[in-house]
Amino acid sequence: MSDSPSILPLGLPEPVPQPDGLDAPYWEGVRRHELLVQRCNACRGWQWGPEWICHHCLSFDIGWDSVVGEARIFSWERVWHPVHPGLSGAVPYTVLLVEFPESGGIRMVGNLVGDPEQDVPIGATVLPAFEDHDGAEPPFTLVQWKLA
Amino acid sequence: MSRERSIRGKVALAGVGESAYYKRGGAPDAEFKLGLQAILAACDDAGIDPREIDGFASYSNDSNDPARFAAALGLPELRFANMVWGGGGGGGSGAIGNAAAAIAAGYADCVVVYRALAQGQNYRFGQGNFPSKVAGESAHWVPYGIMSPAQMFAMRTTRLMHEHGIDRSTLRAVSMASYHHAQNNPRAVMHGRPLDAASYDESRWIVEPFRLFDCCLENDGAAAVVLVPAERAHDLQQKPVYLLGTTQGSEYRAGAGVHNNPDYATSSFKTLAPRLYAMAGVQPSDVDVVQSYENFTGGVVMSLIEHGFCSYESANEALAFENLIAPDGGLPINTSGGNLAECYMHGLELIVEAVRQVRGSSPNPVTDAEVSLVSSGPMVSNATNLIVGAESTL
Ligand SMILES: [Zn+2]
Repeated sequence: MSDSPSILPLGLPEPVPQPDGLDAPYWEGVRRHELLVQRCNACRGWQWGPEWICHHCLSFDIGWDSVVGEARIFSWERVWHPVHPGLSGAVPYTVLLVEFPESGGIRMVGNLVGDPEQDVPIGATVLPAFEDHDGAEPPFTLVQWKLA
Repeated sequence: MSRERSIRGKVALAGVGESAYYKRGGAPDAEFKLGLQAILAACDDAGIDPREIDGFASYSNDSNDPARFAAALGLPELRFANMVWGGGGGGGSGAIGNAAAAIAAGYADCVVVYRALAQGQNYRFGQGNFPSKVAGESAHWVPYGIMSPAQMFAMRTTRLMHEHGIDRSTLRAVSMASYHHAQNNPRAVMHGRPLDAASYDESRWIVEPFRLFDCCLENDGAAAVVLVPAERAHDLQQKPVYLLGTTQGSEYRAGAGVHNNPDYATSSFKTLAPRLYAMAGVQPSDVDVVQSYENFTGGVVMSLIEHGFCSYESANEALAFENLIAPDGGLPINTSGGNLAECYMHGLELIVEAVRQVRGSSPNPVTDAEVSLVSSGPMVSNATNLIVGAESTL
């Protein structure tokens, strides 16, 4: 099982890499606690969510790179009404949309670490917290966010 | 946009109808039978023999096959069957547009747009319908507890409120307007269930910033609209209502994955609304009444702003409750009760109501309504919209 307690309970839908391989480098990266997103080898443009082509220059030569710079809270929501049986004892929980201004403005979704009822300041800097689910089959890692 | 390639004035919405509307799980009839009831009601409303139907259009992967309807109704011939791609309830106006295009192009002569949806018989939209393993785009948000439509759209509304200073009271006014209008509509599921400001404020959070009354219902029922060539409208039994314009689509990279659409706090009507007005030949100030799809109130606020009825700066004042209600408000919206309080018929009930407003047969009629606008599915892609008008607008 996971060394660290997870924010949301176990038993929720578990992520697996897309069968066609599109987002496999992301899921492999977070297992190593590296946050990789797409970066075009032709124009160096950032891209997220993953796609087979660079929307900046239409090159198929897409690579992967670690995000750079700070992550900031772009938006948030606090869930009180659970829609999955596994979440019925786990509300409220807070979902963040986090932006990387220096990595092309790409955004990621995650949960806020700590008191789910704490104030959520839009624009505040957050740091990734890798949440390992080593006991899952296959194992996976989620990326949560804590206020810096 | 070339006027020769416009749909303006070429097609009439000749008949509208619905099944009885039910709370989720309350329908005594199967979903397909509800659809048949709505189609027959729309034909009866128009004064058209159902055997004249030669085409169908729908949206959101409606599970009731048009070929089955054609067989069940004994139609002599099916000439057109069409589904709007993606976008859930955002496809409603687009289905009207596709049906109209088929008529204008000569593919078919009498096309029915339908939506049948019994959430008590099939899966509920409001529940997380995900398997134990998720792959693809949804793998990047489902494990964090985003599973329902409310959870998918709440962060857009948070961002709207943050970027533009939209007040919670503005969301509340949208909800109260729908409930207010439902009190005059015996068809409405929430008829007899008025909503005051205190009840809204005391209602439970679903997902902040949405309270219970910011969220659409889950219902059972069906609705249908019959379209014919404009020149035929005079021979039928209702006051003619014409399609003046309709658009589909979304802005740059609206479909970017994992909430990466560049313009985040948008209903996706910024590029559509100018095209709609240009095609219809009207301006926002010419619109007499608006049916604005309510999945969630925040999307209605975005849609009304993006359709030019107010600015971000004026929204909190312009979208006050008193201004949003018929007959005296300057911007009457969702005058049958809409998705919040009439019935969540995936927004097709909004198009039915837009037609009834032009006819003068709405449960909350706007005086001398001639230009009636519908926006379908804020915050989705495709979004779609339409304007219908009276004979005087042609
Ligand atoms: Zn590139």
